[in-house]
Amino acid sequence: MDVRSQVSMVFHLDKCIGCHTCSIACKNIWTDRKGAEYMWWNNVETKPGTGYPTKWENQDIYKGGWEKNGDSVSLKGAGKFKGLKNIFHNPHLPVLDDYYEPWTYKYQDLFTAPEGDDQPTARPVSLVTGEHMDIQAGPNWDDDMGGSVDYARQDVNLDKLTPAEQEAMFQLERMTFHYLPRICNHCLNPACVASCPSGALYKRGEDGIVLINQERCRAWRMCVTACPYKKSYYNWNTGKSEKCVLCYPRLESGQAPACFHSCVGRIRYLGVMLYDADRIEAAASAPDDQLVNAQLDIYLDPFDPEVIKQARLNGVADSTITAAQNSPVYKFVKIWKLALPLHPEFRTLPNLFYVPALLPTMANVANGVYNSTSKSLWNGVESNRLPMKYLASLFTAGNTGKVVEVMKRLMAVRLHRRGVTVGDLSSAEISVAMNEVHMDADTADAIFRLTALATFDERFVIPPAHREESIEMLENTADVKGNTGFGFKEKPARGL
Amino acid sequence: MTNYLLFVALPYASLAIFLVGSIYRYLNRGFSVSSVSSQFLEGRKLFWGSQPFHWGLFVLFFGHLIAFLFPRAIIAWNGQPVRLLILEIAAFSFGLCALLGVVLLINRRLTSRRVQIVTSKMDVVVYLILLTQIISGLLVAYHNRWGSSWFAAFLTPYLRSIFVLDPQIDAIASVNSLSLKVHIISAFSLVGLIPFTRFIHFLVYPVDYLWRSYQQVIWNWPRKHIRTSRSHSEGHKSLNN
Ligand code: HEM
Ligand code: SF4
Ligand code: SF4
Repeated sequence: MDVRSQVSMVFHLDKCIGCHTCSIACKNIWTDRKGAEYMWWNNVETKPGTGYPTKWENQDIYKGGWEKNGDSVSLKGAGKFKGLKNIFHNPHLPVLDDYYEPWTYKYQDLFTAPEGDDQPTARPVSLVTGEHMDIQAGPNWDDDMGGSVDYARQDVNLDKLTPAEQEAMFQLERMTFHYLPRICNHCLNPACVASCPSGALYKRGEDGIVLINQERCRAWRMCVTACPYKKSYYNWNTGKSEKCVLCYPRLESGQAPACFHSCVGRIRYLGVMLYDADRIEAAASAPDDQLVNAQLDIYLDPFDPEVIKQARLNGVADSTITAAQNSPVYKFVKIWKLALPLHPEFRTLPNLFYVPALLPTMANVANGVYNSTSKSLWNGVESNRLPMKYLASLFTAGNTGKVVEVMKRLMAVRLHRRGVTVGDLSSAEISVAMNEVHMDADTADAIFRLTALATFDERFVIPPAHREESIEMLENTADVKGNTGFGFKEKPARGL
Repeated sequence: MTNYLLFVALPYASLAIFLVGSIYRYLNRGFSVSSVSSQFLEGRKLFWGSQPFHWGLFVLFFGHLIAFLFPRAIIAWNGQPVRLLILEIAAFSFGLCALLGVVLLINRRLTSRRVQIVTSKMDVVVYLILLTQIISGLLVAYHNRWGSSWFAAFLTPYLRSIFVLDPQIDAIASVNSLSLKVHIISAFSLVGLIPFTRFIHFLVYPVDYLWRSYQQVIWNWPRKHIRTSRSHSEGHKSLNN
């Protein structure tokens, strides 16, 4: 057993209101620079939808992530052989137009336009070329387009559904959407790290944050291809790739990352997970339908004396172990089994887990008649407006049983709380729901509390950084890590 | 005198600048060492330019290297005319590949607005010198047949004399071929330009990727060692920092 600690995350999708505050918080701190305008280390997309960059989930196009190869895994579109062969031109690299061309407006024209019959306008100009442009796409171009032909119906996850099921999903009365905020997952088996020919990417041992050393990146641009979540971005101005740093300077000083801190819906949780690094390869190469369980299995019980002993031997600080014991992520993922990884079939073992949205399940269509009165307050989860197969394609590599299980647990908590606060449900109905998922009232109340009432300190249990041992704190971060976003020691010009 | 400047002074100046400049840039201006890919802004035309250009250069580079290091092997190979022809035609085709590539790359720089934005002054120098180098090389191959054979007699001794610090330029100076002289001069200029241009990127070709493990985990401080050892001073700064 090789016990390591990992800063992990949970996003509760039922609570996300799609306000994009998180994206803006991130942009203002990290990516408000030339060459990084198009980057959204944190983005919030609408599901069903095509996402950012367009159709990023479709690995037939982008060749990201790992594929199963016997007892192990190999990179789909990069790696030692493929990477060095394609180094002069990477056939799977997304280009600017797959994201969007960033622009601004010529606001000055509003003031300087000569007097005339027409209103002066501020024309858009490209932030790449500086020339006038017709805007084709932008950040969140498909925001809220949950039923649209151009976006929602192009969602890659629909491929798993039969045409009839797809039609049913897009009936006017059933149409629905939810938001999917995404950041780098700081994976346990990061494809980006594995793909980098010059070894510029690395995972920090102490907390598992994945970073790109800007001094060692040589623009071989393989990580952009390899990351199946498209969370490594190429800065066309500096000739270096950049990615989410999980606000490590904030984490080291005990603050939550900016997107977490600013989240209006309070959907975000952050905490430590202890895991067994020896089992990464086995978990990453499990068969599709067992992937989620295989991944969840490698996270260890931080109360188990044997785990604690091994963690100490490995140099995990006691304060980190305590943080792991209080981790809200551990509760959501391991104890309550409510959160699932996004697209586990990419086999990177992502450390960002999602509590799926319990979308309106009240109405259904029977014999062509839309019926919003149901026997019970909520219909069964099977009549969820988004088919379980769709959610399974997002969160469990197609294992619908696993999604249904999570939805039933979420439903049980709701029924229980409805019983407590309003009391208009029969206790039989509640106990049937609770018993089906083996949940007791205390657990349901604890879930409710952490979901709805949690304070800042309950949502973010940040392990203290150990100043006495951590080099970044003793020396100037920019000098030591060669990382991005702190401003530059050198003029961020391309080459010489 | 001119010959002395061009075939002795220039090579030594270039090699010195190359050595000192590249090491300095690598160590102190690491951020600028990059292939500064522009594929993100334009991908299609790059494919048709970059692939033939790089593969062409790749083969030519090793061809020159082998001729320099093992001239006898090349001469022995060329003992039969068929083999000589095969070698010469293959080398010439890769030269044409490189020329085609560089022309397409220049065309791309001229026609794609986005790529123009990221084209620096030094990139212009890069393309001029590459054009000179490749065209003069092709001219030499065409007019002064068969290069693979006389290379050993003329150039190898000259190059070797440069590297052993005992420059012998009589043979070179007496050669009556402008293209050959241009080819040599531009080659040494190119070497001298490496630290000041994007040429630096081929010095950092990532061979070590072949033997390193896929995943890289870096501890800021090897806590495990510190905790289990009796010494207070044990533990070292990780190399990636
Ligand atoms: C085997 C070692 C080499 C590797 C791995 C390599 C790799 C690359 C890469 C990744 C690019 C960026 C292409 C893009 O825009 O995406 C590039 C561009 C370039 N390389 Fe190389 N290269 C190598 C050798 C060379 C050599 C020997 C030369 C010339 C002496 C050279 C000259 C250039 C030039 C001029 C460009 C700019 C192309 C353009 O964007 O117009 N490369 N190289
Ligand atoms: S999400 Fe992508 S960039 Fe982030 S660690 Fe995983 S593979 Fe790397
Ligand atoms: S700030 Fe929170 S609620 Fe708002 S979009 Fe981001 S994740 Fe959703």
